[in-house]
Amino acid sequence: MNNQYANRYYIISGIFVLVVFIYLIRLFYMQIIDNSYKFSAENNSQRYVTLYPARGLIFDRKGRLIVSNQAAYDLMVNPQELRAFDTSTFCSILGITPEYVRQTIRKARNYSRYKSSPFLYQIPDSVYAAFQEQMYKFPGFYVQPRTLRHYERKIAAHFLGYVGEVDSSHIKNDPYYQMGDYIGMSGLERAYEKELRGVKGVKIYLVDVHNRIKGSLANGRFDKPAVQGKNITATIDAELQAYGEKLIKNFRGGIVAIEPATGEILVLISNPSYDPQMLIGRARATNFVSLRDDPSNPLFNRALQSKNPPGSTFKLLNALVGLQTGTITPQSTFSCAQGYTVGPVHVGCHIHPTPLDLIGGIQYSCNAYFCNVFRRIIDNPNEKDRFSAYQHWRDLVMSFGLGKKIQTDLPHELGGNIPSLEYYNRIYRKSWNSVTIISLAIGQGEIGITPLQLANMAATIANHGYYYIPHSVRQINGKDSIDSRFKQKQYTAFDSSLFNIVIEGMYRAVNGPGGGTALNGAVKGLDICGKTGTAQNPHGDDHSIFIAFAPRNNPKIAIAVYIENGGFGATIAVPIASLMIEKYLTDTITRPWYEEYLRTKTIIYPKK
Amino acid sequence: MRRNVNVWARIDWFTVILYLILVLMGWINIYAAVYSEEHRSIFDWNMRYGKQLVWIGAAILIALITLSIDTRAFSFFAYAVYAFSLISLLLVLVLGKEVNGARAWFEIGQLRLQPTEFAKVATCLVVAKYLSSYNVRTDKIKTWIIACIFIAIPAMLIALQPDVGSVVVFAAFTLAFYREGFPGIILLFGFLLIFLSLIALIAPPITVLIIILIMAVTALFIVRLRISELILAVTSLTIGYFVVKLIALHLFHRPNNPYFFLLITTGIVGIFPLINSAFKKIPHIPWIIVFTFMAIGFTYSVDYLFDNFLQPHQQQRINILLGKESDPKGAEYNVAQSKIAIGSGGLLGKGFLQGTQTKFNFVPEQSTDFIFCTVGEEWGFIGSTVVLGLFVILLLRILHLSELQRSAFSRIYGYGVASILFMHIAINVGMTLGLLPVIGIPLPFFSYGGSSLWAFTLLLFIFLRLDASRLEVLR
Repeated sequence: MNNQYANRYYIISGIFVLVVFIYLIRLFYMQIIDNSYKFSAENNSQRYVTLYPARGLIFDRKGRLIVSNQAAYDLMVNPQELRAFDTSTFCSILGITPEYVRQTIRKARNYSRYKSSPFLYQIPDSVYAAFQEQMYKFPGFYVQPRTLRHYERKIAAHFLGYVGEVDSSHIKNDPYYQMGDYIGMSGLERAYEKELRGVKGVKIYLVDVHNRIKGSLANGRFDKPAVQGKNITATIDAELQAYGEKLIKNFRGGIVAIEPATGEILVLISNPSYDPQMLIGRARATNFVSLRDDPSNPLFNRALQSKNPPGSTFKLLNALVGLQTGTITPQSTFSCAQGYTVGPVHVGCHIHPTPLDLIGGIQYSCNAYFCNVFRRIIDNPNEKDRFSAYQHWRDLVMSFGLGKKIQTDLPHELGGNIPSLEYYNRIYRKSWNSVTIISLAIGQGEIGITPLQLANMAATIANHGYYYIPHSVRQINGKDSIDSRFKQKQYTAFDSSLFNIVIEGMYRAVNGPGGGTALNGAVKGLDICGKTGTAQNPHGDDHSIFIAFAPRNNPKIAIAVYIENGGFGATIAVPIASLMIEKYLTDTITRPWYEEYLRTKTIIYPKK
Repeated sequence: MRRNVNVWARIDWFTVILYLILVLMGWINIYAAVYSEEHRSIFDWNMRYGKQLVWIGAAILIALITLSIDTRAFSFFAYAVYAFSLISLLLVLVLGKEVNGARAWFEIGQLRLQPTEFAKVATCLVVAKYLSSYNVRTDKIKTWIIACIFIAIPAMLIALQPDVGSVVVFAAFTLAFYREGFPGIILLFGFLLIFLSLIALIAPPITVLIIILIMAVTALFIVRLRISELILAVTSLTIGYFVVKLIALHLFHRPNNPYFFLLITTGIVGIFPLINSAFKKIPHIPWIIVFTFMAIGFTYSVDYLFDNFLQPHQQQRINILLGKESDPKGAEYNVAQSKIAIGSGGLLGKGFLQGTQTKFNFVPEQSTDFIFCTVGEEWGFIGSTVVLGLFVILLLRILHLSELQRSAFSRIYGYGVASILFMHIAINVGMTLGLLPVIGIPLPFFSYGGSSLWAFTLLLFIFLRLDASRLEVLR
């Protein structure tokens, strides 16, 4: 027998045991020491699905819903689950062409055979309902719910702003965002993006090798629900906003109204405007392009961004500076020979009683009066020289929030311009004097002021010398949690005692007695105080401007109306402001002929 | 002389119970591998676990029939069974159905049979029969050549299908041969060849050459135990290398090629002691030098064979295993997913039907060749250890029982059974662990499939039947 080889039994047994032992060491390493396999297994089998929260609702100051959400459905396609289907039915339900179907499916296949791709963005409700009934006929297609903005009224497009898809720079700045997320791009939506957006949630699904969903991980223990965005109560009055938009419909310009006691923006209008509903959903891209290319520039927010000379409304500030610097008194009297002439310089004026004191100067908006005032300010013997006098003037004027951003919460605000000393020294090589820059006396020249700043100016005068930074939000989620900077009084550099004289002038400009530049704006019992402005400009007819507040005591509303090429302040701006003040304070319209007048009045705007 | 033994009393119930445990565990893991929420009934004959239940039933029937056959029949019909098996292997090349590129299956209605699996049983019988014959002397080299031919014929027929995995399994018989006196040195050379092939495929030629020289010098020292010879060999190789380099660079203006220089050096430094020791009849040294030269030649030819002999997909699999190629979505995908499934199991596993990789079909072929992944993922390190432990116990039990046989036929057959099972287990598990190339062979008793289960059952129970009559002497 082979017993001489019996010891080989042990060698063979040893080989068996050795190999299995090596395998056990390998298993120990793979299963217990090395953790990377566990992560790989999770990557394999878990799919994170983002749950999109609905954005916060937006209400107006009286609690009326102005922006809500509508369900939208993105139609998704999963190429590997596709089966042959009836293309013509499919296309007719969705309103698309067979060519689109082919191309989009090809694109989706190129992206991934197993992962879903968007097929059609934001199908409207009605189409979704029709499609859902037939969906069983189209395997591989499914619907991913999203929410889109819904605008209850076609108002306040510029105030509210719009929501758009994030781009790579958003994602880089804030890792919260991922491709396909929405973000507020302008207006309130942008200013309060963090509050409105809510918190995205996540649902973790288990998927098989073909990326088919097989259930949720640990019965959803690790899922995170989406948290809806915070609701915002805005400061605007939707009724008044709508009314203003109706009145300004025929004109280009801006209207801003502020509650003086709080700085809350009651109305923010820029015309031409657009229906905010145009910038949501599938139509957004095409509508955006057509709005951008529209020569009337409806996307331009005139209320915050158009810088124009304030015209005669600026006389109020020169009056205040004169009083503050002691260069004039309320009793200072100047005469007017239908204008003001010094050397080669002539500033024209209209026919009105003369001579006038300060109140009269404001009431009749006398150019000559304010040329004298301005020259006294600049040529003030108490100042070191005209440069320091000008610097002093500029400092006082800028304390009204002019020539710099007012720091409102709405984005894209511009600061306007009050020319600096250095500017004049540069362009005139220091050889300038009060006559050279005399147009500043009547609010012309290089001054640039936005409608928001004009309205704030009116509110500041109404408050006798201070303002609250104009802002757009009253409450967030029902709580009074707006930024503290909106609750601090911003004092101007003027004594509050000076304002009574100016306000008296404004009161008489509207209510008389005698003449006045804005008599057509008077409403019995409302004590409207205002100042017209007529700004010359190189683009055509003068701009029609009016700033006002009412009532005189304990004012509720301050307003600035700015109508491009509208002519005299009284022509268009005064009727609009007057109607809006009446509407806001009394909720009635006693002068329907004014509405009719504005409705039929047209201005031919120069093509750009 | 024939004793009328009661098979049921003498059967090794320990092995039978091991067998049943393994089959049951296999079925549980097949159930987990193909489990889906939609098919809950374990008796769903459309699902693989349902079918496997049928195969298991049939396997038990096969076991019972095998046990009731007369012991002498296995020895008596060994050649006939072998011949029948070869015919079936020939027929399958003509009539067989091609699955996954291999013509390896007979299809009879619903049933698919793989003659390869049964050829292992037949070859095991014929090897045992031949080596236990009266006139066969295991100290003659002729005996081993004939024995190897018995293995080679079915192996070659299987290679024509082609099914490389099963061909490799036939190499298992060398372990049984070894027990019967097959020269251990040949087995050692076999392992050496495999080792050299591997380094030849992995490492650049210069490294391979240095490794061979180090092995040769080490062997020289181990057999001669003379420090002086060691120093002489190392210094002559080192100095020789620089001399060759200087001459080649400056006299013949050859480009700088260290591999070429070292090759020349080895030839020159080797040839003088070879002639010297051969004439002076110094033991060992001539053999070491000859084998060194042969090893160099062999590694040189491995690359050639690899490039010209293997199929592209086999080259790719070997390259991936050797870490020379990475292609997670292609051929490496199976192994990568298999390792993820096993590695994510942890100590205790994810639990029955809780393995995400298993449940959601990330591992291809999981119920057949990659069934061990299910064990690894759902039962963890503990479960894997239990399964491998049971296999080792089964193998050692078979070896132990083989040594108890009075008849050489039974002993050789037993060693054949253990060797085949071992080869299957080692290759299959090694492949799922990413230690061996992916060659699709089933894990005994675990993998889904009728043919392999029945063949392994037959293989094992023939041995148990022989063992039940271990006191008889069979020829």
